[in-house]
Amino acid sequence: MIELEHVERDFEVGDEMVRALADVSLQIPPGDYLSVMGPSGSGKSTLLNVLGLLDRPSRGSYRLEGVETTTLEEEARAALRRQRIGFVFQAFHLVPRLTAAENVALPMVLAGVPPTERESRVREVLESLDLTDRAQHRPDQLSGGQRQRVAIGRAIVMHPALLLADEPTGNLDQHSGQEVIALLEQLNGEGITLVIVTHDASIGQRARRRVRMLDGHIHSDEQDHAPT
Amino acid sequence: MRLPDLLQYAERSLRGAPTRSLLMLLAMSIGVASVILLTALGEGARRYVINEFEQLGTDLLIMLPGRNETTGGPPPLFGETPRDLTIDDALALLRHPSIRRVAPISVGNSPVSFGSREREVTIIGSTADFFPVRHVEVAIGRPLPQMPAERQLNVTVLGWRLKKELFSNQRALGAWVRIADRRFRVIGILDPAGESLGLDLGDMAVIPVASAQALFDNPSLFRVLIQARSKEEIETARKAALVTLRRRHDGVGDVTLITQDAMLSTFDRILRALTLTVAGIAGISLAVAGILIMNVMLVAVSQRVSEIGLLKALGGSERQVLRLFLAEAVMLAASGALLGLLLALVGMHLVNRLFTDFALIPPLWAAPAAVGVALATGLVFGVMPARRAARLDPVQALARR
Ligand SMILES: Nc1ncnc2c1ncn2[C@@H]1O[C@H](COP(=O)(O)OP(=O)(O)OP(=O)(O)O)[C@@H](O)[C@H]1O
Ligand SMILES: [Mg+2]
Repeated sequence: MIELEHVERDFEVGDEMVRALADVSLQIPPGDYLSVMGPSGSGKSTLLNVLGLLDRPSRGSYRLEGVETTTLEEEARAALRRQRIGFVFQAFHLVPRLTAAENVALPMVLAGVPPTERESRVREVLESLDLTDRAQHRPDQLSGGQRQRVAIGRAIVMHPALLLADEPTGNLDQHSGQEVIALLEQLNGEGITLVIVTHDASIGQRARRRVRMLDGHIHSDEQDHAPT
Repeated sequence: MRLPDLLQYAERSLRGAPTRSLLMLLAMSIGVASVILLTALGEGARRYVINEFEQLGTDLLIMLPGRNETTGGPPPLFGETPRDLTIDDALALLRHPSIRRVAPISVGNSPVSFGSREREVTIIGSTADFFPVRHVEVAIGRPLPQMPAERQLNVTVLGWRLKKELFSNQRALGAWVRIADRRFRVIGILDPAGESLGLDLGDMAVIPVASAQALFDNPSLFRVLIQARSKEEIETARKAALVTLRRRHDGVGDVTLITQDAMLSTFDRILRALTLTVAGIAGISLAVAGILIMNVMLVAVSQRVSEIGLLKALGGSERQVLRLFLAEAVMLAASGALLGLLLALVGMHLVNRLFTDFALIPPLWAAPAAVGVALATGLVFGVMPARRAARLDPVQALARR
């Protein structure tokens, strides 16, 4: 369902061109669980942003569920992000003035889902994340692990096909980090395609498929063959 | 995004920065309130003046010597000095049936003294008819007596303030005052209740017109007040007066006749223009408020960069982000406008209570115009910050913390 062909991404820095992605070709079937590792500056985040339609490749083709996205209008790309893609960030990015429940509901607000439906879906999601009793708390009243769980709830509330996590445990302690990874894996088990960027080898090793990046290239791409 | 959600989101963002929002609200509301209050002041003044004029009577014509160019006719070729307007001219007008009363008026300044006290006041020379024509009455004593206008008689009716200043609480009736070098007997005191625009009944003394002409050694009248028999006959009276004067002045129409209506409409125009001017000046404060809104929104955008990036990552389009920030700006403007309306109402109420004889009434257009301008300002000055927000690159916005 994800097909990258010869994708490149150049950044202009002053007079120089920085090539953050160089000739990246990658196919990710639905329901895959993929980790992206590599040294700092190797292009992991750039790859994730391209996958999440937050960034456009300078060259190459990116088809998502058969749709060529590189030529789409901004409005259509936003709609795809809304309906098909969920993001989890290292810094959580919760809106500080909104409660946990309201943060989770935000994508549905943007999508124009009516309030009654929003309510029931938020309730469901919070329950599945074990956050029901934190629903009315604002982010500054939550622990780091709880915040990231709220952020995950927000990422999946629209039932996306693709979940992109950029160092989701980077700001968490060991224990909360493991909880968050377990939660993401559980969601993957329910069918969502999961891509995790991480510096943590122990987390990276858990993925069925492990991509290593180096200088904007895909350096290695290992696949477990044991089916789950 | 649904409209209620949009508004709610904008509202919560504004609440998120209460100090900034409140200051903004204040600026906008002061702008709106000042537009309404200042136009109310202008409109109040206009109505006040019109009311005063109408109290004077709408059957009044004023004749002055000299031709006013605006009344038409070719201007004189070489500096023709107008002929004197005389008492006989005035009395001749009475022959016309559409004219009920005529009050010739001669005016000068002169000291008036009683004992050691002296005041310089306006001396009005006229006849008994001056009183009914100008709706002036005496508080005590009598007005000027009915007698031939050419006759001199050393009697005077004093203005109420002049009487106070010369006599304090002493009895003035029957006393002799000195006006210039002549002695006049006080026969009445003017009633201040008859005061109206352009007529101060305090610092003046009324004497017979012939005495005034002798006093000032000036045979020409300053004005002739003409009272038509009715409001409907005012035009007939005007024409008759012109014809009469032309005949008496050897075919030269060297007088000007002003009707109340003409003066009224002049004042009306002036005061309307004045109202618009002050409204415009107050409108500038609305523009200032608009620039403040722009400033506030720019700060809001730069403070919420990562939130904007997030909204985009969650599927918000440029248009949605634009709308969100525009909604905030317009909401600020709208609540500021509402607060301003309230302020204006309270302000008007207070003023109307404090000054009972002068009513602040905003013209009908004032409130809608002020609110409309406020909203438009919010919209116009909100566009730039909202655009800036909408165009933020989500990747960079999210990277910033
Ligand atoms: N907006 C940008 N402008 C200029 N250069 C950029 C921009 N974004 C990324 N780069 C460059 O592209 C390269 C890849 O960046 P990227 O953020 O994808 O690395 P990364 O693998 O995620 O690193 P890290 O592990 O530190 O997060 C880097 O050299 C970076 O400097
Ligand atoms: Mg990165």
